[in-house]
Amino acid sequence: MRVSLFVPCFVDQLTPKVGLATAKVLKRLGHEVEFRSAQTCCGQPSFNSGQWDVAREAAIRALAVFRGAEVVVGPSGSCVAMMRQFYPELLKGTPHAAEADDLAARTFEFSEFLVKKLGVTDVGAKFAKKVTYHDGCHALRELRLKEEPRQLLRAVKGLELIESEEGESCCGFGGLFSAKFPMISTAMVQVKGGALARTGADFVVSSDPSCLLQIGGWLSREGKPILPLHIAEVLANDA
Amino acid sequence: MSDSKAIFLKDATVNAADGDQRAFIRKALGGYYVNRDLQKARYRDWERARDAASLAKWSAVNDLANVLEKFVANFERNGGVVHWARDGAEARAIILKIAEDANAKAIVKSKCMTSEEIHLNDALEKAGYGVVESDLGEFIQQLRGEAPYHFVFPCMHVKREAISELFAKHLGTAPTDSPEELTMIARRHLRQLYVDADIGITGANFLVAETGQISITENEGNARLTAALPRIHIALSGIEKVVNHLDDLSVLLPMLATAGAGQPMTCYNTLYSGPRKKGECDGPEEFHLVLLDNARTRLLADPEQRDALHCIRCGACLNVCPIFKNIGGLAYGTTYQGPIGSVITPHLRGLKQWNHLSGASSLCGACTDACPVRIDLHHHLLHNRRNAAKESPTLFDQLFHHGFNFVIKRPWLFATGGRIFRATLPLLQKLPLPYMGAWMKTRDLPKAPARSFRDEWKQQNV
Repeated sequence: MRVSLFVPCFVDQLTPKVGLATAKVLKRLGHEVEFRSAQTCCGQPSFNSGQWDVAREAAIRALAVFRGAEVVVGPSGSCVAMMRQFYPELLKGTPHAAEADDLAARTFEFSEFLVKKLGVTDVGAKFAKKVTYHDGCHALRELRLKEEPRQLLRAVKGLELIESEEGESCCGFGGLFSAKFPMISTAMVQVKGGALARTGADFVVSSDPSCLLQIGGWLSREGKPILPLHIAEVLANDA
Repeated sequence: MSDSKAIFLKDATVNAADGDQRAFIRKALGGYYVNRDLQKARYRDWERARDAASLAKWSAVNDLANVLEKFVANFERNGGVVHWARDGAEARAIILKIAEDANAKAIVKSKCMTSEEIHLNDALEKAGYGVVESDLGEFIQQLRGEAPYHFVFPCMHVKREAISELFAKHLGTAPTDSPEELTMIARRHLRQLYVDADIGITGANFLVAETGQISITENEGNARLTAALPRIHIALSGIEKVVNHLDDLSVLLPMLATAGAGQPMTCYNTLYSGPRKKGECDGPEEFHLVLLDNARTRLLADPEQRDALHCIRCGACLNVCPIFKNIGGLAYGTTYQGPIGSVITPHLRGLKQWNHLSGASSLCGACTDACPVRIDLHHHLLHNRRNAAKESPTLFDQLFHHGFNFVIKRPWLFATGGRIFRATLPLLQKLPLPYMGAWMKTRDLPKAPARSFRDEWKQQNV
């Protein structure tokens, strides 16, 4: 299959290793991977801020960027939810509606793509560490993914998966919410990050790099001995 | 910034930093989660039950005028008197007039959030009536001079010792830390008040159109005493509480109990069918129902958010909301706290003044999953944000998002801007920039990589 990568803008700039790991896993499974460099941001910050006219422009650009792609795969439940759930809502009743629906049907979150579209759970990864998994809210509640990432992690050689308290609680990121209401966002990550740290795991793994930015940022500030890691980085590890 | 937003930011900041209080609220909800899940598991299919409950409310709300007319005709046939109130002022005037005509002095009330919505107690007290809340939680809040913290658990934030002190101060009772004894203190105090009251004011959980009955569900029996003992019963209800059929309650009542309190059913479920009839030995002589609009028709006119009128006020969305759990109910400054309050308050009180509540959400969606009548709560927060940005755009937001869009529509500029951003990130983190400064107060950013993904990719795939 020819996979077109959808790399979130902040992954592009701040955590490129997540994008590279995603490509590595897909290539290892025998797929052709492309990156269309005209892509930038999906428009979610503006969408969530109520600036739907601005977000609509971003959506229309993304339709053009990914036109003709066989499948689009992104290592972020949140950004994929934007394309899958919210582009069709933004473009409903416009000449772009049909194309938005079509793109939504061809776009997958990374773990979803592996498990549901390809039917793969064992990608041949090794990672002899204790990890706990954080469900990003968009993956969990917009895309309804919960078991898929766990199936992938359980198949990783040497990996021990530990569930945490506050399993389905939000980390408090919420995009610009984390900076517009920093006191609430911080209280939320104290609850979530605290529960993750108490598992005693070496790494907190998630399919959402934006949650990892929030959780990792707080864990680092608090000096907690648990590190953020994207699921693609775990699955890319085969040594 | 609106006044309500300034107060919200101040209170939310204080409460979010109060680790003890936050832990207390979490602990208080711990038992609820366990019981709720146990009770949900007893349903053959909770999700299908949600469909049924949602449909029952949908079919009434989407035919509201007709269903209300049918209800009113049947309610009047049962001997009740209906009063229509467009807003809080009209509702208060109606209730004051009934009290005046009846030459009433003492009024006892059972739990009724709609009365909080229209600030009924204030109006009655100003007019010289003695008003006492008979629901234990509401009674405690009344003594504290504080609004309900949670519209189902009004005093969930108050520790037992504080209640004991409160009773000692106001009722002159001996201090105790036994919940049973505290309940008995309130019970002894309230019993005589039911007997003395001229008027009992209740809310309504459901108005049943086909029978003209009012359904009230409660755990303490105080609503039954409030409705049955005084000479006059006044029920106050929003117009959206109507359902078509008595059968609808067979799904709505258990779901309200399970979603709201983790109970299979609430302890007392009563259908009120009018005043005392000829030959009956008890019940009120007069039975009034005040039907309140108070901007509900404004919500009804919005097809996108109309489902917010399905709300049965179970409070499930508050109980799972990380915002509610961290800032507490009082910080909202609204009658209805939590996600449902953030959705409907802008409709009830004005979007410009109350849109900040829709902004104060990570949009995690736990509320929407918890709602027994499937209100699309967290998406409605997005809809409010969109409507507010249209109705009263702020210059900062316009500049920020159009500026951002200017960059992201030009991939070369995005790449160049990104390069500068990464190179200067160590410096940027130290500056009091909007957003970045707020982030950096409690969280770190990852060390900026030398090369972006797109640069790496280009290099690896030439």
